[in-house]
Amino acid sequence: MSLNTKTLTEQKSLLEEKEVTLSEIYSDTLAEIKAKNEQLNIYLTLNNLAEAQAAERTNKALAGLPMSVKDNFCTQGLRTTASSTLLDTFIPQYESTVTKNLQNNGGVIIGKTNLDAWAHGSSTESSQYGTTLNPRNPEHLPGGSSGGAAASVAADMCSAGIGSETAGSIRQPAAWCGVVGLKPSYGRCSRYGAIAMASSTDSPGPLAKTVKDAALVFNAIAGHDPLDATSSPQVFTDFSRDIDKPITGVKIGYVYHGLEGISNDVYTAFEIQLEVFKSLGASVEFADAMNPQLAVGVYTIVQRGEVSSNLARFTGVRYGYDRTYFGAEAKRRIMLGTHTLSKGYADKYYDTAQKVRTLFREDYTQLFAQYDILISLTSPGYAKKIGASEGSAMFGELEDMLLEPSSITGLPGISVPCYRDEKTNLFLGMNIVAPMWQEEKMIQVAHAYEQATQWNTWTSKKGSL
Amino acid sequence: MEYMDFKEGKPMKYGLICGMEVHAELKTASKMFCGCKNDPFHAEKPNIYTCPVCLGMPGALPVPNKKAIEWAIKLGLALGCEINLFSKFDRKHYFYPDLPKGYQISQADLPFCINGKVETTFGPVRIRRIHLEEDTGKLLHQTIAGEKVTLVDFNRSSVPLIEIVSEADIRSPEQAMEYAQKLRQIIRYLDIGDCDMEKGGMRVEANLSLLLLEKFPEGIPVPIDESNFLPYKVELKNINSFKFMAAAVNYEMNRQAEILDSGETPAQETRGWNTAKQESFPQRSKENAEDYRYFPDPDIPPFRFTQAQIEELRNELPEMPEIVAQRWADEYGIEAKYIEPALESQNLVQWGEEIVTAAKASQQQPNKVFSALFNKKIPAKIGDPAQSLVDQYIALTSHEQLGDNELRTAVEEVMAQNEDAVTRYKAGQVQLLGFFMGQVMKSLGKKVDPQQIKATIETVLGS
Repeated sequence: MSLNTKTLTEQKSLLEEKEVTLSEIYSDTLAEIKAKNEQLNIYLTLNNLAEAQAAERTNKALAGLPMSVKDNFCTQGLRTTASSTLLDTFIPQYESTVTKNLQNNGGVIIGKTNLDAWAHGSSTESSQYGTTLNPRNPEHLPGGSSGGAAASVAADMCSAGIGSETAGSIRQPAAWCGVVGLKPSYGRCSRYGAIAMASSTDSPGPLAKTVKDAALVFNAIAGHDPLDATSSPQVFTDFSRDIDKPITGVKIGYVYHGLEGISNDVYTAFEIQLEVFKSLGASVEFADAMNPQLAVGVYTIVQRGEVSSNLARFTGVRYGYDRTYFGAEAKRRIMLGTHTLSKGYADKYYDTAQKVRTLFREDYTQLFAQYDILISLTSPGYAKKIGASEGSAMFGELEDMLLEPSSITGLPGISVPCYRDEKTNLFLGMNIVAPMWQEEKMIQVAHAYEQATQWNTWTSKKGSL
Repeated sequence: MEYMDFKEGKPMKYGLICGMEVHAELKTASKMFCGCKNDPFHAEKPNIYTCPVCLGMPGALPVPNKKAIEWAIKLGLALGCEINLFSKFDRKHYFYPDLPKGYQISQADLPFCINGKVETTFGPVRIRRIHLEEDTGKLLHQTIAGEKVTLVDFNRSSVPLIEIVSEADIRSPEQAMEYAQKLRQIIRYLDIGDCDMEKGGMRVEANLSLLLLEKFPEGIPVPIDESNFLPYKVELKNINSFKFMAAAVNYEMNRQAEILDSGETPAQETRGWNTAKQESFPQRSKENAEDYRYFPDPDIPPFRFTQAQIEELRNELPEMPEIVAQRWADEYGIEAKYIEPALESQNLVQWGEEIVTAAKASQQQPNKVFSALFNKKIPAKIGDPAQSLVDQYIALTSHEQLGDNELRTAVEEVMAQNEDAVTRYKAGQVQLLGFFMGQVMKSLGKKVDPQQIKATIETVLGS
């Protein structure tokens, strides 16, 4: 069995026990990339120095293991495009805080992964470098915008990946690719050096093979950053602190049942999973939450406004290419955002959206007074077919609907595989949401669920329902 | 001053309604939103004080400068403003090559300070708001290898900039000038900005229009209801001295009066000032007014101040110039003409206080010591020890008066006795002056004003 198919935790322990060498792991990982990257279109740029850098980081927490990084994180000396040809020749002169932390803790950037251009989308189909294919079934999309990141993990082309989520961009591709995606509390991981999409919700986070791996990478990248005024001074010790604790007595609320546009089959597949929590001693009941469809409107207005502002710096004066290099989706968002922030419209749209955002916060305060954890489907369904996003300007917003309430309120969430369709080899994800700054709790619940079920392809065969 | 003549030969039909916007750079050690050095005017080369943040690189984020915020609030307190306990930064969008992010971080609806006042000799001018923002880079138009190019220098990008907006309470060019000068004095006195107008460290803009005076037989009131305004407003920009500003306002009054006389309404526009021609010229029509699409900057959390924090800043304020002037006049009996120049800085005031204390301790009248200093009877540099100045003053006043002839004779005798030294002095050994002075004093055998001796020696040796 190739070493690249092992989990990060397994690779680490194999190294510690000196059963394998780092270069054997790199050799297998690079072989996988060489064999399949051309077809799957996961990495846009590879780091030629990776193995050399790895040798110097073996004594750190991440042991010099190869990590993929979404191509919207500035990496010093390594091309960073945000999957837009406008930045085709952009080589950053500085390192984002998250990738700096990752490397300081022993991670090595093996390559930069594809995304929807400027992180605008949920399919990678808006990438100006082509669509990434879902490694589980190449006729289908990987989701997005961190589609390359999720696919790099699913395809065993790295030990773990770094992505970013504005509303669903980590968790939705994680669900579609059958991997784990962790979206931290807003402000937990620094945004410094991550090319801004919607600044008020952008959250860097890990994608990994298991919950435990995700926590390990999360430990490496999180923390207060004086260069990001929205980064939180909240301290943490170890996000996997409670990972092995039983979840007996944990009160779980199940939100978003019976929404239009979600098939009964999907609901059925998901609702069977509720029994797993009960068997583990947790309580699960349906919780009445604010309609997530309202969050789509709020998020769309806030995000488009922030996008139009954040992309204003690409004036054509610098970076080599002018604004004609923006793709159709970026242009649509700039125009919509410019409109909603215009004089006379800002009150109607932006200010109203911010008020509804506050209502969502209040709703979560109520819910978390009753429940420790909230769960729902991550995405309304399985990975869509290649080409599905075309002609659908709101494709991403509808795919991410179930995640948008937690995104606009800054809450942490983690998506774990919770079902596999045997015919298509496609997955459903379960979104597990905790109150602000309580990532340990959701990691604990997610890990317990993962251990008790067969849906994770790296830890499976441990029995399930 | 000639710019104060208003439309010679014409009756005063119109009165001025004018408000001002003053920008001043703060002299914090670092820039507004990054750690780069804030010293654009002394930078040896373009673009040396830059980083990803002030260059607006993708992914770079602003972190506000605490000191700059405190200074903006202090200025507000010094001008009697109310401080918004909840405040925030907003993004102001427009395109210009010297603006690297495509937006300027500024403050829209919740500036740090509101509702203050500046006293002028013509009456108070109300301050509507004081807010903090970042300065832009600077465009340099050059010819390189025969090609006309525009270069951008980002040393100034993101330097902290305060904007002080007044109400339309100014009624004359002289008042406009005094208002702006007063602001500069206060900013300098607080030691928060240099306000160098020539370099652009302070920029003034005037918004003005005229009113028919006959409607207001008692003079145009302050404040005045906007419903009285004529339907236009001219914004005067790019004025780099107080004198030019008064001249520009005066010029505009004449220009607008002529248009109004002809039955037309002046255009709503922005006008610049041509220093060489001493006239204003149209820059931009206000009809296609820009929409800046302000919204709260999501990169910077809003600020919540407590009243206690504000009071702490208020306690750090120095005694303001107006109060110092009053106290020096009332308590020390110092004449206004000697007080005014001292009000430039806290250091000067402190020095003045030390001189007053030393004078009083030596039973001397502070005003007389000041008078001697101003009339250069005592040689002094700013900051010289107060006691020594007072001692010199005492020596000066207790010196026996000496006839010019007696002193000149004594000097000539000393010179005759020291021909060698005189030759060397004339060859450049000017330090021998002290030696000559000693010899003259010895020969006179009494206390004489050293300045008088020095002057006589120099006269004799120079002849």
